[in-house]
Amino acid sequence: MSALVIRDLSVRLKKGPPLLRRVPLDLAAGEVRGLVGESGAGKSMIGKAVLGILPPSVEITGGEILLEGTDLLRLPPKERRRRIGATCALIPQDPLTALNPSHRIGPQITDRLVDILGWTRPAADARARELLAEVQIADPDRVLRSYPHELSGGMRQRILIASAFAAEPRLIVADEPTTALDVTVQKQILRLIAGMQARHGTAILFVTHDLGVVSKVCQRLSVLYSGMVVEDSTVADFFAAPRHPYSAALLAATPKYTDPAAGLNPVPDAVIDAVRAEVAAFDRGAPHG
Amino acid sequence: MADLYQIQDLRLSLADMTAKPLLGAAPKIEILKGLSFTIPKGSAVGIVGGSGSGKSTLGRALVRLLEPSGGTIRFDGADITHLSDAALRPLRRRFQMIFQDPMSSLNPRHRVGTIIAEPLRLHGFTDIPTRVTRALDQVGLPQAFAMRFPHELSGGQRQRVGIARAIALEPDFILADEIVSGLDVSSQAQVLNLLERLVRDLGLTLAFISHDLSVIRRLCQQTIVLHQGRIVENRPTPDLFADPLADYTQELLSAIPLPDPAQPWG
Ligand SMILES: Nc1ncnc2c1ncn2[C@@H]1O[C@H](COP(=O)(O)OP(=O)(O)OP(=O)(O)O)[C@@H](O)[C@H]1O
Ligand SMILES: Nc1ncnc2c1ncn2[C@@H]1O[C@H](COP(=O)(O)OP(=O)(O)OP(=O)(O)O)[C@@H](O)[C@H]1O
Ligand SMILES: [Mg+2]
Ligand SMILES: [Mg+2]
Repeated sequence: MSALVIRDLSVRLKKGPPLLRRVPLDLAAGEVRGLVGESGAGKSMIGKAVLGILPPSVEITGGEILLEGTDLLRLPPKERRRRIGATCALIPQDPLTALNPSHRIGPQITDRLVDILGWTRPAADARARELLAEVQIADPDRVLRSYPHELSGGMRQRILIASAFAAEPRLIVADEPTTALDVTVQKQILRLIAGMQARHGTAILFVTHDLGVVSKVCQRLSVLYSGMVVEDSTVADFFAAPRHPYSAALLAATPKYTDPAAGLNPVPDAVIDAVRAEVAAFDRGAPHG
Repeated sequence: MADLYQIQDLRLSLADMTAKPLLGAAPKIEILKGLSFTIPKGSAVGIVGGSGSGKSTLGRALVRLLEPSGGTIRFDGADITHLSDAALRPLRRRFQMIFQDPMSSLNPRHRVGTIIAEPLRLHGFTDIPTRVTRALDQVGLPQAFAMRFPHELSGGQRQRVGIARAIALEPDFILADEIVSGLDVSSQAQVLNLLERLVRDLGLTLAFISHDLSVIRRLCQQTIVLHQGRIVENRPTPDLFADPLADYTQELLSAIPLPDPAQPWG
């Protein structure tokens, strides 16, 4: 069964413009799907819609979100929260604000295991130490006693990765999980995520802007522009020949240290104009409201 | 070319609160272990290194948000190593820091326009609205964003607000800590072009902390590689890429994922 199927998901700013435009997206059990697109395209918004944590200023205006076959949008709020809590986890985009600054790291990882999943305290503590070691944190005991501000950005991000895997979820929304990491740690972490994902059959929606990372960890990817999916391809097909001009321009903009002259050029205006025209045509065809 | 910064044997220790005994002082851990380097005026220097190697700590010391425990920091000829907050105040406009974590550095209760205007007011500027408008323009944000709150922006848009706030002050030096790692490649290119232009046209000096060597290669003339609080390599960027000397630099290069599924990557 698919871990996640999203059909025609539309989200807009309350009494404002659309933010997601009839988004389709599916994720097989144990699959890693990349979600790329420019800053502000709505990548995090898709993840938040799945996890039921959309900000109050936006509303869902249509569509379905099937989590292991059940449409979350049709469940009563309490049942929906329970189901998401038991099945999904988030690796959030902002590693500092996601951790509570006035609590030590230890309880921030273990409280959920104890309070929601009924683990014993010693079992949860042991699991936390084991996970921190797995994400290559050298001195787990010091880190468990630390407050977030006493740790580097990369350490905080690894803690959030560890804590997402703690309860062995079936779906993880990983929102740019390695942006604060240096490449050597990123490589270890991506291997680790791939390993844990393969062992536990976890499906991962992998939000990133790094096509290098996509080419290493994902099986398929979706390219989003202004809340509209412009391409849905397998990784092999995409890197052989992207189908949409906007995705081709994104790929061309990706820097390569092996070729300093290539990459790091903004997407050309002509490409932006064309894809904006597509969005406008879509809005005329499918009015929201 | 004159040096904007001269750093000699810089050391910095912080209290390790996790090991603090019930009574008495916490033991210190040395984060920066004797760094010496210079940053020429009008240049862009890259600072790379692993997570926890001390990049952000070094950055905070350069703009004197932290006080070193040893060595000296000279800024434009003046020793600022141990200056008091009062003595630092007139200098604060001249060095600006843009942070790794945009959300935590923007006041959530203020609109973007106010966030950019606030430091201008503090430093006694009078043409504030003009400067806010120009700064938004320079970072490629629509003027209407001045009315938004930080939580109404995407991660990349927030990052650009941080840059706008810093450049509105027309500083001599900007320390940018991982500011493009959260941006899509097209926005990265825009921000890098912007920084390149500011370095070239305004004579700005830039220290650019990043773990992305592709970005450093594009932007910085000189690259410092930090490893566990020490400098393991400090050379002109093209030389470093042509022939990485330190094992750690080689390791950093080989771990970069190229956008190509066929690249062997362990
Ligand atoms: N709380 C909010 N209220 C109103 N608008 C919002 C809110 N949060 C985000 N937005 C807007 O919704 C759009 C999509 O935002 P989202 O955070 O999903 O972007 P993203 O693709 O994740 O970008 P990034 O790569 O920069 O993180 C953006 O234009 C943003 O300005
Ligand atoms: N306030 C503090 N108290 C104790 N230790 C600290 C404090 N701030 C930082 N450290 C430690 O100093 C070391 C260097 O941290 P720093 O934030 O400078 O690393 P970094 O190179 O910027 O890493 P990253 O790439 O992960 O951001 C880390 O081991 C960190 O745990
Ligand atoms: Mg996002
Ligand atoms: Mg840092």
